[in-house]
Order: sequence, then C-alpha cells, then structure tokens
Amino acid sequence: MTERLPGWRDIPIGGVAFKPSEEYKTGDWRVFRPVLNKEKCNRCYLCHFYCPEGAIKVLDTGDIEIDYDYCKGCLICVNECPRGALESVQE
Amino acid sequence: MSGEKLSLKDLARKRDLLAPGHRLCAGCGAAIVARLVMKATRGPTIVACATGCLEVATTIFPYTAWRVPWIHSAFENVASTASGIEAGLKALKRAGKLKYDHVDVIAFGGDGATYDIGFQAISGAFERGHDILYVLYDNEAYMNTGIQRSGGTPKYASTTTSPAGKVIPGKLELKKPISHIMVAHRIPYVATASPAYPLDLMRKVRRGLEVEGPAFIHILAPCPRGWRFDPRYTIEMARLAVQTCVFPLWEAENGKYKLTGVSRSIARNPKMKKPVEEYLKRQGRFRHLFTPENRHLVDEIQKIVDEEWNWLLKMCQLS
Repeated sequence: MTERLPGWRDIPIGGVAFKPSEEYKTGDWRVFRPVLNKEKCNRCYLCHFYCPEGAIKVLDTGDIEIDYDYCKGCLICVNECPRGALESVQE
Repeated sequence: MSGEKLSLKDLARKRDLLAPGHRLCAGCGAAIVARLVMKATRGPTIVACATGCLEVATTIFPYTAWRVPWIHSAFENVASTASGIEAGLKALKRAGKLKYDHVDVIAFGGDGATYDIGFQAISGAFERGHDILYVLYDNEAYMNTGIQRSGGTPKYASTTTSPAGKVIPGKLELKKPISHIMVAHRIPYVATASPAYPLDLMRKVRRGLEVEGPAFIHILAPCPRGWRFDPRYTIEMARLAVQTCVFPLWEAENGKYKLTGVSRSIARNPKMKKPVEEYLKRQGRFRHLFTPENRHLVDEIQKIVDEEWNWLLKMCQLS
C-alpha cells in the first residue's frame, strides 16, 4: 500500500459517495463464466432482466453482449435461458 | 395518467439506473428486484433506501451504484425520509421552484426494515397519504448481518437465531401478512410481485408510481446465502414460490383484490398448483423438514399455504 488513504478531513461532508461503482470491477469474483452462443439466441432478453449485475447488455443492433468486467458468474442466465444459448465455462 | 404500455423489448434498451459494480452477492435476488424496479420508472426519480443488504452493498464508500439522487438515513425511518422528500417537492412546486413537472419518490426497504424496525414509519406515512412508492424486497431474514430471523421469515425456516435442531425445527412463528396489513391502510395501490415474472413486476411498479397517494409493492427476493441454494437458482426459487402459491401474485387497487399472471391461471386451473414440497426441498433452510420425524411439518406448511390461498381467492371474489 503506497497510496495514503484519505483521513476524516478528506471525506466529503455527510460521507457522500462520489465515485461511480463502475470503477469497481466485480468480474474477478467469477469462477464460471457464461458464454453466449449467438446462433441459438432468439433475443428474448430474459437474461438481461434476470441478471443481478446488469452485466448482460442489449446493443443497438438487438444483439446481446456479456460484460465480463462485472459478471460475478452466478449463472442465473445459463439456468434460465429458454433456448440453452448460454453455457458455463470454468475460468 | 395510465400512460404507455410497457414491453420487454423496449425496456431492455432502457439504461439501467442501478449501475454494475455494486457488491451484492452473485445471484442476489434484491439486485434483480432493484434493477427491475428502476427500469420501470417513468421520469425524474428520487430513491430513499433503508439500511439493509441493498443499501450497504450498493453504496460502499466512495462508490455508489445509483444513477439517481439517493438517500440513506437509518433502518427505521425510510418511509419518513421519503415522506419528507415528497413534502419538500410539493412545497417547491407550490413556490414555482421545481424544475420538473413531477418527481417520483421511491423508498426501498428490506423485510427487516418493513416488517419489524420501520413499521411505524410506514404506517404513519401511509396514513398521512404521501405520494410515495414503497418497495419491500423480501429476502425473509436479516441477511446482511448474518441470517437472523425477522417478522418476514416463514414458519420452520432455519436461521442463525432460530436454528433447527433438537429443541426447535426452525422459526416457530408465522410470516406476518404484511401486504394485507397495507391493504388495510386503505391506500390506493398494493401489489405483490416476483422477479421471475419481470414484466408483471415492472407493470405493477409503474402502476404504483401512477396512482395518486401511497403505493406498496411486496417483492420476493430469494437469497442464495440465507436460503441455502446455489446462486444460479435464484429465479427458479422466485418462480416456484409463485407456482406453489407460497407467494401468490395479486394487486389490490383501492382495496379491490385481483390475482395477476400465473396466480390467476392457477385460480382458473387448480391442477397447475404445485405441492409446496417442491419449493421447500430445494432450499437448505428447510432441509431439516425432510427427516422422518419432521415430515409432518411439511404437511402443516402445505395446510397453511392452502388456507391462505383459499382466503385470497375469497377476497378476490368478494371485491
């Protein structure tokens, strides 16, 4: 630890959190990663709604993209995909 | 004011208001609930959050996962905080100083903050008739502090303060019928929802925001850690709870009960109703019920669920 941690004088009044959580990558929690098979996907977007992280993004083209920076590998998407288009692979 | 029709295709493209990078557990039900609720918002929104998993894990200093104005004060007073925000907005509007035409106020509370600690604040806010939406994400115990039983823990669930063993088979008391208590407050809108049915959930949230006056939505949020199941089954648990009628989906607008979604189908075709055992045996917190000497407790739970379901059916017919 080279960087000095902020003391009480440096903390904003009221302890207001000021950094977006996107700066904190939770992807390294993962043991299994979900992998999408684009051919099987029928764009029902259920995985997007079931993902606790919001790590499954719907692109403008309508395709789905998994953001491995944040995916914690809970595998809800793999379990719920009605077409079996997602597969779990060990990291 | 009942405006646009919600559809999954459109909502999928809406930007999440709960950002990724929050530190709720993998497979957390509360995270899914919060994301879905925030997806259904219709415009400028302020969120107040009671102490609990959601508050602690989404705002670990200096990070925040909320892309809306957000406030946390204490465990017991989220409904009062939300009331104050609503009253303040009203005063600003009266003075012509409010930039927006309307600002929605949402209060999030877990089962500890709703059933136990914050109950009087909610009751007061609803009696005063503040135009807020209270969202209860119910993970059925104090999960954040290590799975202590709460008023929302179902009967015979094992928790760290009601451990199943030789003396007791888990919690001995019934789950408090919180949403019926809220209906009794004669507020315009009360509903229950499950994250396994996202469109149903988001429609109810939107309806809760649209009504004038307080609204209450009770959402089941399965907890892999506290309920003891693999994180990948969170949505399956939320679905089984509805299919077994442990957690039926209904809404009550101005006190008129109405079943929705799968629960309505089950009422029409009772054969669809699954035995409660299917829900219980998937969770470690009910594992002790499946030993020979405790088997009769499963039948007792089935009886309780059936009675409550029949009562709900009667309420729907009456109104």
